[in-house]
Amino acid sequence: MSKSKHPLLQVKNLHATAEGREILKGVDLTVNTGEVHAIMGPNGSGKSTLAQVLAGHPAYAVTAGQVLYEGKDLLAMPPEERAREGVFLAFQYPVAIRGITNAYFLRSAVNAIRKHRGDEELGPVEFMDALDEKLKAIGWDSSYLTRPVNDGFSGGEKKRNEILQLAVLDPKLAILDETDSGLDIDALKTVARTVDKLRRPDNATVLVTHYYRILTHIEPDLVHVLAGGKIVKSGGKELALELEEKGYDWLREEAVVA
Amino acid sequence: MTEIADKTARYVADFEAFARNGALGAPAWLRELRQGAIARFSELGFPTTKQEEWRFTSVAPIADARFTLQHAARSPLPGHADIERLCVGAGPRVVFVDGRHVPALSTPAELTGGARAGSLAAALRTGADSELTRTHLARHARWRDSAFAALNTAFLADGAFVHVPADVTLGQPLEVVFLSTGQSGSDGPIVSHPRSLIVVERGARAVVVETYAGLSDGVYWSNAVTEVAVGEGARVEVYRVQQEGPRGLQIATTHSRQERDSYLGLHVLTLGAALARHDINAVLDGPGAELILNGLYLLSGGQHADHHTVIDHAQPHCASHEFFNGVLAERAHGVFNGRIIVRPGAQRTDSKQTNNNLLLSTEARADSQPQLEIYADDVKCTHGSTVGPIDQTQLYYLRSRGLSPEAARSILTYGFGAEILDRMQHPDVRERLDRLVRARLG
Repeated sequence: MSKSKHPLLQVKNLHATAEGREILKGVDLTVNTGEVHAIMGPNGSGKSTLAQVLAGHPAYAVTAGQVLYEGKDLLAMPPEERAREGVFLAFQYPVAIRGITNAYFLRSAVNAIRKHRGDEELGPVEFMDALDEKLKAIGWDSSYLTRPVNDGFSGGEKKRNEILQLAVLDPKLAILDETDSGLDIDALKTVARTVDKLRRPDNATVLVTHYYRILTHIEPDLVHVLAGGKIVKSGGKELALELEEKGYDWLREEAVVA
Repeated sequence: MTEIADKTARYVADFEAFARNGALGAPAWLRELRQGAIARFSELGFPTTKQEEWRFTSVAPIADARFTLQHAARSPLPGHADIERLCVGAGPRVVFVDGRHVPALSTPAELTGGARAGSLAAALRTGADSELTRTHLARHARWRDSAFAALNTAFLADGAFVHVPADVTLGQPLEVVFLSTGQSGSDGPIVSHPRSLIVVERGARAVVVETYAGLSDGVYWSNAVTEVAVGEGARVEVYRVQQEGPRGLQIATTHSRQERDSYLGLHVLTLGAALARHDINAVLDGPGAELILNGLYLLSGGQHADHHTVIDHAQPHCASHEFFNGVLAERAHGVFNGRIIVRPGAQRTDSKQTNNNLLLSTEARADSQPQLEIYADDVKCTHGSTVGPIDQTQLYYLRSRGLSPEAARSILTYGFGAEILDRMQHPDVRERLDRLVRARLG
């Protein structure tokens, strides 16, 4: 693959519904390799829907438009194939699975992806070795690995667990759906540092967020405002600051005037 | 009425023959006990689905058939390989085939510290053990309330006898194995009435594994009763693994009674039999006693398994935590009924009960009934149950991490079992049961 910047994700006129209600009403977005994008917007604007549609959530139906990932039709792939091809969504509400340890879950995911890439699967010991450093990076000891997946985890622990998965699976396209919500400042810094460390010229990150706060730790190349199911404004990182100061209402007015 | 009388009359006739023959050498108290029990059985008759406690479970396959006692020893006997396959380790074991003790497959009854694990028939004959059996046998099991426990008591002849004296710790898990050959006798399919008595005295510690297994696909009926007496401050783990044959019928009752500050972990893994009913009656009869009731049933084909548990908080400051999970595939039917009784004066009771059922097919069925009867005011009691297919959100979450739908389903199904396995404290036993669960879930 070429080292130069190229489009990793191209969203074109994407429309999507949930339970018959249209939520995305024509989203256009291009994310190139090496870039960090922030998608901001008021509650109910469709931010999480966009993230989930990209990951393949079965509850959403795409009614129009196209999504290309490395030039391939992303929407034609089942969720597992998207993951194996390098798409990762950090869930806003991570799911608890009782009875299954975090270690087993992580290793199953890593091996599913390794197998797809033609790499040898990792045994429990090799896997633990590989995990050690990533665990330290998020400030965890190995006790979190023997606990059931997200079961009894606090909100912050669940978010850290998503970031641990991100670090372990090392995707090409990472979508973080409000990973910053509900985190205290230390947790936020840890998360931001981990995400920042994973930035490379050949991958990209999409941060879906409500708040400016995380963008002071992870500097975005582009900021988009999603409102009413469409991207109504895009700009540099200064747009995020403007939103922080002025809120979203002025954009709605602008959209109406336009 | 006549029909009921007909069905019980056969067993009463068999009992008379039994009382005339093999049972003659028994002490007077035991003969009286048996007489009382057969009388009670014929009064009660086989339960029907019109009775509340049996509304989801028909015992017609038992009541409508004719099962007879096996008199002669089996030949050839199952081999050591059959036993090894079913045991956790190489520790002490007591083995029964079609209800009869087989010394050749068992280890010597004498264990370290004066503990004993052997046949109940032998214990009934010898001095000190005979006294112990008299003190405990049929004192914990409420055979007057159950036709099956009454019938077991009427035909009480052999089973496991485990005695751990005060302050003795058994180093290894002690294994009790009840094998059913599934071979019919000259009068058709056979019934055995395994009876076990486990007495763990004050301050003692023990791990007991009870395994019930079928060796063929023949029809048979196993009607088991186990009594567990846990002394003050004793710590006991009892594991019960049911792997009866595919056409085996099993009715079983486990009765436990705990004294002050004791701990009992009762773990149940139900895998086998066409029809299985297991009643667990646990009495917390001393302040500060703690009970963990932890069960898993994995059923498929046309299997039916019914677990009825009664936790009786008879004294204050006791804790009971009950967890039963069921995984039901194909046309299987799982029944769970969990009753918690908090007696007047049993203040500061802490009781929690959950029953979760996973349905892997649209034809599978689960019935779950929690019942709380609380007669004290300062208590903490919670219960909850669920019945449903694989959670779509969990499935999607796993798929979003690269797992195929098949792998994701398999992990989620195993998780249902693993949640129960994780509570099993003895590592070797847990590992063996984990292997059984994995093999079953494929």
